[in-house]
Amino acid sequence: MFKKVLIVNRGEIAVRIIKACQELGIKTVAIYSDVDKNTPHVLLADETIPLGDPTPIESYLNIPKIIEIAEEAGAEAIHPGYGFLAENPDFAETCSKRGITFIGPKAEVIGLMGDKIAAKKTMEKAGVPVIPGYHGNKQDVDSLVKEGEEIGFPLLVKAAAGGGGKGMRIVDNIDSLAEAIESAKRESKSSFGDDTVFLEKYLDKPRHIEFQILADHHGNTIHLFERECSIQRRHQKIIEETPSPVMNPKLREKMGEAAIRAAEAVGYTNAGTIEFMVDGKLNFYFMEMNTRLQVEHPITEMTTGVDLVKWQLKIASGQKLTLKQKDLIQRGHAIECRIYAEDPSNGFLPSVGTLKKVEEPSGPNIRVDSGISPNLKITPYYDPLLSKLVVLAENREEAIQKMIWALSHYIVLGVTTNISFLKKVLAHEEFKRGNITTHFIDTYFKEYLQMKHGLPLDAIIALAVYDAMHLRKQEVVRYKEADPHSPWRYVGRWRVGGEIDVH
Amino acid sequence: MDVIESNIDTSSKEFKENYAHYEKLVKDLKQKIAQVQKGGGEEKIKLHKSRGKMLARERIEALLDPDTPFMELSPLAAYDMYDNRAPCAGIITGIGLIHGREVVIIANDATVTGGTYYPMTVKKHLRAQEIAMENNLPCIYLVDSGGAFLPMQDEVFPDREHFGRIFYNQAVMSAKGIPQISSVMGSCTAGGAYIPAMSDETIIVKGTGTIFLGGPPLVKAATGEEVTAEELGGADVHCRQSGVADHYARDDMEAIHIIRNIVENLNRPEKTRLDVREPEEPLYDIEEIYGIIPKDLRKPFEVREIIARIVDGSKFHEFKTLYGETLVCGFARIMGYPVGILANNGVLFSESAIKGTHFIEICCQRKIPLVFLQNITGFMVGKKYEAGGIAKDGAKMVNAVATANVPKFTVIIGGSFGAGNYGMCGRAYQPRQLWMWPNARISVMGGEQAANVLLTVKRDQLWRKGKELTKEEERKIVEPILKKYEREGSPYYSTARIWDDGVIDPADTRMVLGLGISAALNAPIPDWKPGVFRM
Repeated sequence: MFKKVLIVNRGEIAVRIIKACQELGIKTVAIYSDVDKNTPHVLLADETIPLGDPTPIESYLNIPKIIEIAEEAGAEAIHPGYGFLAENPDFAETCSKRGITFIGPKAEVIGLMGDKIAAKKTMEKAGVPVIPGYHGNKQDVDSLVKEGEEIGFPLLVKAAAGGGGKGMRIVDNIDSLAEAIESAKRESKSSFGDDTVFLEKYLDKPRHIEFQILADHHGNTIHLFERECSIQRRHQKIIEETPSPVMNPKLREKMGEAAIRAAEAVGYTNAGTIEFMVDGKLNFYFMEMNTRLQVEHPITEMTTGVDLVKWQLKIASGQKLTLKQKDLIQRGHAIECRIYAEDPSNGFLPSVGTLKKVEEPSGPNIRVDSGISPNLKITPYYDPLLSKLVVLAENREEAIQKMIWALSHYIVLGVTTNISFLKKVLAHEEFKRGNITTHFIDTYFKEYLQMKHGLPLDAIIALAVYDAMHLRKQEVVRYKEADPHSPWRYVGRWRVGGEIDVH
Repeated sequence: MDVIESNIDTSSKEFKENYAHYEKLVKDLKQKIAQVQKGGGEEKIKLHKSRGKMLARERIEALLDPDTPFMELSPLAAYDMYDNRAPCAGIITGIGLIHGREVVIIANDATVTGGTYYPMTVKKHLRAQEIAMENNLPCIYLVDSGGAFLPMQDEVFPDREHFGRIFYNQAVMSAKGIPQISSVMGSCTAGGAYIPAMSDETIIVKGTGTIFLGGPPLVKAATGEEVTAEELGGADVHCRQSGVADHYARDDMEAIHIIRNIVENLNRPEKTRLDVREPEEPLYDIEEIYGIIPKDLRKPFEVREIIARIVDGSKFHEFKTLYGETLVCGFARIMGYPVGILANNGVLFSESAIKGTHFIEICCQRKIPLVFLQNITGFMVGKKYEAGGIAKDGAKMVNAVATANVPKFTVIIGGSFGAGNYGMCGRAYQPRQLWMWPNARISVMGGEQAANVLLTVKRDQLWRKGKELTKEEERKIVEPILKKYEREGSPYYSTARIWDDGVIDPADTRMVLGLGISAALNAPIPDWKPGVFRM
């Protein structure tokens, strides 16, 4: 096992990794930019090294600086967490050249899976179902329109290098296809410097269901069941749960096998995730592979009892996977909510400020993976994820209840958070019924996706004054009324013995 | 307030069996109500309509504010009486809303024996007037009746609580400032003529409405004069010449419109103010009551489980929980209104009666309406209890119940036997309304007890003569008594005779109590003056 590991990340995931290392007796080195001084991950680590300038490219994405730090500190391995350099093949390559273990798969695998067209081709060859589509090199608009016609509608136009919804278009018919391809190309070019697009069948009632994989360097690959990640806003997950409400043992077996096949096809090692799209008829298609630890990994840990981060360290240090597929079982139902510093009532725009008060819920089977503390500054430099609230209960209904309770007892003052929005989603009847798709937020919480236009302060004050006067007026009316809640007026039509037709 | 935690296992076999059984009782109730609501039958309805008249129920529907409740009283009056010739006793009564204010509506159903008054019709009419009087509610009479049902004149005419009392009540209520409004929408003969004549304001419908002391046949017999009904007492006569009616309507619909205009301008006083809150649904499904009430009436059940399904948020602040445990007392809210609840959880002991008395005193002092949930076999008997003074303790409770002048409401949710009925605000104790559940039973004592008492008395008589009863003779004494009590203890026997205001689906209990309390707030709640308590 390693003696010292450098954690190239910040926030809650850095805290999570440091704790896992400490459990295994591994010394940890944390790095931090100027704005992250005194944050929980820095306070927790055994050694800390400053990065200076907070802009990501100068700090947590600065490969030469990070390698230098690792060598200086004498770290044998680097854990990249998720985001930042976690899926950067150049970084993984540099690490291995410099004799530092990159905790994750080989650089080629990262590279292969990062190229979405190549990834799909590989999977298709390995017999893993992929969404019908065109991932070819003929990138002129006419050829693409022809391919699109063949695949059928509705159709998704997607930037090959894309992510986060950029360069993505849904096309309902042939007439608007050419235009959609052109604009997706333009957007992709300006966002990613590459205008390659591919076409895909657009799925009905799509769910995002992913499988967790662990693979060692000795040819053992297992899956740790699924995670349902359909609840997304702006194509980013906010609530994840396991088991999926639509899963059944047969489908789980089929998808699990496909996931293992996918991992084995590319000689995958360490922890990874195969993302599938599942349609209304429970057909599943490979979407992409995430060659790293997922944000939502805790729900798998809660239901299986397996510590994924520790296994990442063990596998990277060459240990054999002692977990056997047949010994793995899922117990109970786990839900994760991502607590973001963002304003749901204003198009989910990130919110910045200083945290005044932080009180996290605690109780049996409640886990908070947190990277925050009071007086911490939330800056616009990085992802606004504050923490992840995870609960485990005997079944889905109780897990929802527990999560609602836990959210109600989560106090974060100083920045706007999505806590009450999450509660609304969990309390939604369709969510409770498990009727969730990736369009859930767009469908039921449409109004939240629109951005508020700033009102002049005078108008806000005028409105507040009007409200106050109006409320007072109502109060007076109520005072006058001796029987304000009279059932005679409020219960509507009612007849003894129910409705009986007298005609 | 604290929430009642339910211990009911809704998945248990017992619950499911009870539920299925009770559902049948409720279905039976609804079928009975549906049956009698057809009135006098298809032929009579056709004839009625052919005269351009609306049915009594149609008139009520049109009269009420749209989309508001109608709390019909005793819909099963005269059920299984008079060879079932008088569905609903030929009269529809109830409380409804006109221009946002509660009123009592009394409507004759002319499809039932010409709207004539059977004994139960009179009783139902008087009961509706009593409710109007106690709750200070305007009375609307939709008159369409041929007067007394002559074959039974001895049971409808002469006594104190007979036909004459209707007009007495009208005069007394009018004197108290309770508006009396009539709409004559059919015949209104003889004594019946006094209903519009005694009203503050009267409407008559041209062509169908007639008012006269003696009809054309009587006139011809007495004077030889030949006249039509319209000439004798129609709308034109009474609106233009006699002044017996004030408003002229061309049809039923116009008459209803005029009634609504009258009510709109009544200038009713403000209702009594209680400390009301926003209503809250109970935490538990009210229909779960079906599964809580045991199939076997003799089996006890936890009354707090019932309370939990009736009160707002299932919240209950219990009083003297550890004392006199067979009577559960406590404060709660029903549809936002504060109430004091007294509910039986077993036979009444001295302690229970004293506790009940204390609790009633508190509610009267604080002017909180009382709700009695009756399921009572009676007061405890035996040497020890008599010596302990159970009679005087029971008397204290009866005294308190009788003099309590906050609005009282009684629901018989199980048995109502013996003196327990008095202490728990039975009919004689003037609850504003008294409802029965379809599983309820009411009699002076249980059938088996009655049979045993009579058997013991008989045995003692024979024993003094040196004789004994054979098994066969015993059976001959017991069986008819059991049968009689079975028949007469039924809620339908009770409701047919208007010993209550109706049999209700338990799921409607919250609704009728809420509506009842709201209506009761039309009358002031006076200060309490109790009688002498025997100490």
